[in-house]
Amino acid sequence: MTNEFLPPGLALQKADEKIMTLNVGPQHPGSGHMRIIVQIDGDYIVACDPDPGYVHRGEEKMAEYRNYITNIPHLERPVIHDSCNVLYPYVLGVEDLLGIEVTERAKYVRVICSELNRCIYTMYWLAIYGIFLGHSTMFMWPAGDRELLIDLMEKISGARVTHAHFVPGGVRNDLPPNFEEVCLRQVNYFEKRIREYAAVFYDNPILISRTQDTGVLSREDAIRLGVTGSVLRASGVDYDLRKKEPYDVYEELDVHSNVMKEGDSYARSKIPWLDMLESCNIIKQALEKMPKSGSVRVKLKPNPKGKGLNSVYKRVESGRGSLGCHIVSDGKVEPYRLKLSVGSFRNLIALPYLLKGEKLGNMPSVYWSLNYWPVEADR
Amino acid sequence: MMSSTNTEQITIEEKPAEEKPAEEKPAAKPAAKPAAKPAAKPAAKPAAKPAAKPAAKPVELPEFEKNISDKIVEKFGDKIVVSFVKENRVGINVDKENVHDVARFIRDELNYDHVESVSGVDYPQDKEIEVVYHIGSYSDPSLASQLIVLATRAEREENPIPGKDATRLPTLRDIFYSVEFHEREVFEMFGVYFTGHPDNRRLLLPEDWADLPPLRKDFAIKGR
Amino acid sequence: MTPENANVFIGKLGDILEKAIDTPLGYAINWGRIWSLWPVHIETACCSVEFGAASSPRYDVERFGIIEAFGSLRQCDLIVVQGTITRKMAPRLRLVYDQMPEPKYVIAMGACAITGGLYFDSYNVLPGIDGILPVDVYVPGCPPRPETLIQGCILLQEKIKRMKARKFV
Repeated sequence: MTNEFLPPGLALQKADEKIMTLNVGPQHPGSGHMRIIVQIDGDYIVACDPDPGYVHRGEEKMAEYRNYITNIPHLERPVIHDSCNVLYPYVLGVEDLLGIEVTERAKYVRVICSELNRCIYTMYWLAIYGIFLGHSTMFMWPAGDRELLIDLMEKISGARVTHAHFVPGGVRNDLPPNFEEVCLRQVNYFEKRIREYAAVFYDNPILISRTQDTGVLSREDAIRLGVTGSVLRASGVDYDLRKKEPYDVYEELDVHSNVMKEGDSYARSKIPWLDMLESCNIIKQALEKMPKSGSVRVKLKPNPKGKGLNSVYKRVESGRGSLGCHIVSDGKVEPYRLKLSVGSFRNLIALPYLLKGEKLGNMPSVYWSLNYWPVEADR
Repeated sequence: MMSSTNTEQITIEEKPAEEKPAEEKPAAKPAAKPAAKPAAKPAAKPAAKPAAKPAAKPVELPEFEKNISDKIVEKFGDKIVVSFVKENRVGINVDKENVHDVARFIRDELNYDHVESVSGVDYPQDKEIEVVYHIGSYSDPSLASQLIVLATRAEREENPIPGKDATRLPTLRDIFYSVEFHEREVFEMFGVYFTGHPDNRRLLLPEDWADLPPLRKDFAIKGR
Repeated sequence: MTPENANVFIGKLGDILEKAIDTPLGYAINWGRIWSLWPVHIETACCSVEFGAASSPRYDVERFGIIEAFGSLRQCDLIVVQGTITRKMAPRLRLVYDQMPEPKYVIAMGACAITGGLYFDSYNVLPGIDGILPVDVYVPGCPPRPETLIQGCILLQEKIKRMKARKFV
């Protein structure tokens, strides 16, 4: 097959005699929805060029054609298993544009949903991380245990993964009756379960030997590359937006951000797990402090409009790091421009940097430790 | 057998290209529509707003953010315009000639160290494309919640040839390394070429994309 | 017997044998196929989350003979298109399909794979995969629940049972 018959992206690239160019993905068990073009010399990676965009669906363009309410369902599609967190900055931004004040109970419900979703996302990520390192137990356990929390979210919103539960002005529905007890019971059990993962996964000598000292990102480089979320905190930078720029009721809750100094794949894979334990803690606090009754939604006028030419940038801490939403409004019912600045896209810049000089066999452990979800990065 | 496969691929690739004439037709309408209404507002904004706002209600401005904007104003004077000072956000508009110096000042003197987001905003009525950098800081704990919203504008051409026309801006990659992929995205989505960026390649769109840059206002999606 | 007559005779005999053997043998072959469907491991969009959940312990699609996603496409005979197909992914998807050995079956999972779904007006999304792949079973939903996917797999097995084992070209 010669190159001229192939679409330009599929063309085989000429390389040096000694250096081989290898396409990893999009059909590859360890790549996800993207292609990584790696050049290898023997077993060592000399250069790496990530090629995302296989799920680029034009969310930002579509948002300019829909009004502030009908934008909700498609804006959560980039990360359907973290759908509350990906909607969060958008909802906060629209509330800021329209000048809506949310009730106290709605803020607590949002925090609970957001933390449950963070756990659901992280469990799925952990399942993938496990299976791509060849650790089948670590696929089965998290994939089974996350169903507990999906049940809880299903009770709240009615859908398994795509909740569309956050709306400007609060949340769509109140919590179901008896939810507090069920939630507390499930979360306690969940916490007990994920503590057992340490024995099978994080203290496992095979995992430690595969991930320790691979793909080391130093503190200075983490700051320079502008990475975010667990990747940043694994490199020793204490930066968690729930603490640094608290939104909704996070300042009333006791949030502890987990930081590790090593900056290698092992630290990057352990931080999300520690975050899940922290999330369980936050959910319990929120259930305790939440007002027991009250309205959860401020009714809006139909087709709300922004006031004049205005722009707002809101950000929250999602499962993959800081997730920002830049909305420019020009006083119409649709946003004039909407930009999602997502954690996955910001962490992608670290990939060529980390893979350089690694062995090809270490690629999955480094790549998936970046807490990267390609659908979100492509938007 | 392989050749039959390839012809099928090529037909798939060409299918969206057939829509191009249909897309060009409504292109005139959305371009004209926003031009009618908010035409005066964005043009008046950089000049009128900062003058009116601090003068009218200086007390309401948050203290810390005011300090930051004052430092920048002190250094650059009338080369920049402070567009807004809100809680945790300082908005600065700057010409493309000075954006490099301002960014360097923000990094070296004010301790900001990374760019969170680079978003382009198309203003066809002004014949300009605005590029907005949201600059934050990891290393300085007092600035953790602060963002500087640095906006600059590039000339906009009606018939863009991305990379070869006058829609150009100086890159900030040598100052904030973290803009690398963000600027590549702005290049393909708006056609803004960043001079000095070593890697102005396509990132998210298909390799054979031959249409207008999709996030421009005159690129209308089908059926709308 | 002349050579021409012999050819006719052998041809007739072949037809009779085919009618007599093909149906029961085809049934046996198809029976073998339906319990070992190997889906190829290609994720195209966000429905892969629910595809992953379908092979999790709670839903466990393996008990119906659909084995979880497999890396090497040369040994696969099922492709589950998990969601939106963008213009960048479409040629790759077709390339993957062409490299799979016969017989091969296609399940279109999710509204985006069927019609474009929520992204019907996006500039980079194909309106369904009908234009590039011959689809056997459509599984609706955005995203489909794992139960729906399992039902789609069972429908595909029913369909394979009724199919001819050999392809006449």
